[in-house]
Amino acid sequence: MSDSLAPFLEATVRTATPLLLAATGELVVERSGVINIGLEGVLLGGAFGALIGATHAGVSGAYVSAVVCGVAVAALFAIFALWIRADQIITGTAISLLALGLTGTLYRVLYGATGAALSIPTSGPLHIKGLASLPIVGTALFAQPPVTYLAFMLVPMVWWWMYRTHAGLALRATGESPAAALAAGVRVRRVRCAAILFGGALGGLAGGTLVVAQAGTFAEGLSAGRGFIAIAIVVLGRWHPLGVAIAACIFGAASALQYLLQAVGLDMPYQFFLALPYLLTLIALAGVAGRVRPPAKLARADDA
Amino acid sequence: MTSVDRSRVAVVVALAVIVGATCALLSATGFDVGRAVTALVGGAGGSWFAFGSGTLVRATPLIMTGLAVAIAFRAGVFNIGADGQFLLGASVAAATGLALRGAPAFFVLPAALLAGLAAGAAWAGIAAMLRARFHVLEVISTILLNFVAASLVSYVVRGPLQEPTHIYPQTESIPIAAQLPRFGSATRLHLGFVLAVGSCVLAWWIVRYTAGGFRLRVAGANPHAASVAARIDVTRVTTTAFLVSGAAAGLAGAIEVCGVTYALYENISPGYGYTAIAVALLARNNALGVIFTGVAFGALEAGATAMQRDAGVPSVLVAVVEAALILALVAIERIRLIGATPESA
Repeated sequence: MSDSLAPFLEATVRTATPLLLAATGELVVERSGVINIGLEGVLLGGAFGALIGATHAGVSGAYVSAVVCGVAVAALFAIFALWIRADQIITGTAISLLALGLTGTLYRVLYGATGAALSIPTSGPLHIKGLASLPIVGTALFAQPPVTYLAFMLVPMVWWWMYRTHAGLALRATGESPAAALAAGVRVRRVRCAAILFGGALGGLAGGTLVVAQAGTFAEGLSAGRGFIAIAIVVLGRWHPLGVAIAACIFGAASALQYLLQAVGLDMPYQFFLALPYLLTLIALAGVAGRVRPPAKLARADDA
Repeated sequence: MTSVDRSRVAVVVALAVIVGATCALLSATGFDVGRAVTALVGGAGGSWFAFGSGTLVRATPLIMTGLAVAIAFRAGVFNIGADGQFLLGASVAAATGLALRGAPAFFVLPAALLAGLAAGAAWAGIAAMLRARFHVLEVISTILLNFVAASLVSYVVRGPLQEPTHIYPQTESIPIAAQLPRFGSATRLHLGFVLAVGSCVLAWWIVRYTAGGFRLRVAGANPHAASVAARIDVTRVTTTAFLVSGAAAGLAGAIEVCGVTYALYENISPGYGYTAIAVALLARNNALGVIFTGVAFGALEAGATAMQRDAGVPSVLVAVVEAALILALVAIERIRLIGATPESA
């Protein structure tokens, strides 16, 4: 049992990383009163950006390019949500579709229909001296790619920023009562725009993580619904950074569960494990919904 | 021009630039644009055969799923799970057809279609229940259910329903009795197209002329006024609309199995449920309009298939065009799902 526990924990943290990054970004967006369903498209944009960056400029180039692409997709959403005041849900869905089509087309154009011969530089684990050799938790917590450490360090930073700074207060006020925030001198649209672009940067980074630190390649529709799971994680985490971190880890564990169950010898069709994270998300949403309160003005296009 | 007008114009221009730039990139990387366009037009309407067997056959699932989305949108329900409901309908219709092997057509065919319809409604019912009972945003739940449905189909065609030789991940062909009749031997166009058009006319009539249709329109247009002024049970109306929407998408899947593929396999839906959003929005969620936008998108997709075959242009390019169309529409018309109601507080 303890032989399979270490790989299980390692897989939990690994799968949780992109979800945590994307959900933390979306958390900031939603606390400003905007919901970006196009997060899936942001992830795809980031993943494709990482592929381009990695083939030309190595791992760090991949991350920079992923962030730039994520911000670009988010900027398109911001134009629609804030300046045109279009319906955020329709816009977000369309932007996910747009990103799927654009990245799919460009991938086939640039790398051929197969893309099989593709080998890009990847980001290996960074061992923390002394700690990485700890039993059971060593590899899970202290031998991960650098981006994982960044993702988890962002949690207290975002918490501090959101609850202990003026800018964080302005963000929360914008989401709860834009009219009051405006009267208090907060530039509501500017705050929301910054939040959406920040969400784009983290979403792009999450997409980049999928390519550079996990899959090692790109495929059409690579994000496979992780953007939507991240949005669900924000709800499960009750719109709070620490809650979001816990929810992301729970979903990492749900996805990693297949390693543990297979090790115990539970014989189930593999499709069951593929469906498990989505099923658990649904069950968890039913469990917390109604007992949590979203930002008061979430997704109301009129007050931008 | 006001600043909003200016930004709308700017956005439409920007979307045209995105589509244009993609085409330019395609031509720059060695694709023959002229040949691609010829293939696109020829594949969609170059002949009666192309129009009937290409465009109208492809339009059938788009009309049905477009209708599904339009009914939901009308009631203020954002059902983007038409793809999953389609898959459930296709799976259950295939299973019914295979299970009733040997029974006469007048029994098997309706049974398969109705079973698919019920399966779609049941799948939508999960999200409808989550929305009504637990206030779970249906955008999230229906999309998650799409992924679950895809896994389910993947399991079914490799497990219980796999064809007898166990080589290919697909089911056996359904018996001829379960297949929708075609309009002659020279065309692939089948009775399902008529069913789709008939469903749209029926839905239009119900929404336009019945009390239930009136409640649907009012509940979708202004749920607050509907419950306060008209004493309409909004939750009940939206739940019903959600189930009917799922039923339409499920029927779409059943029609696809009984009329086109005759078997179930993993990629039976190339994203019909997502294209359906564009179909419904372009028709302004009007059931009659869905017939025409469905045919238009059917032509686009049939043409794109020919374009990939003849000119090697990836057909996923259609997704770019569809997304650009939806965005251009929301920019020009300001279609609303959320924010249409006055503040209740």
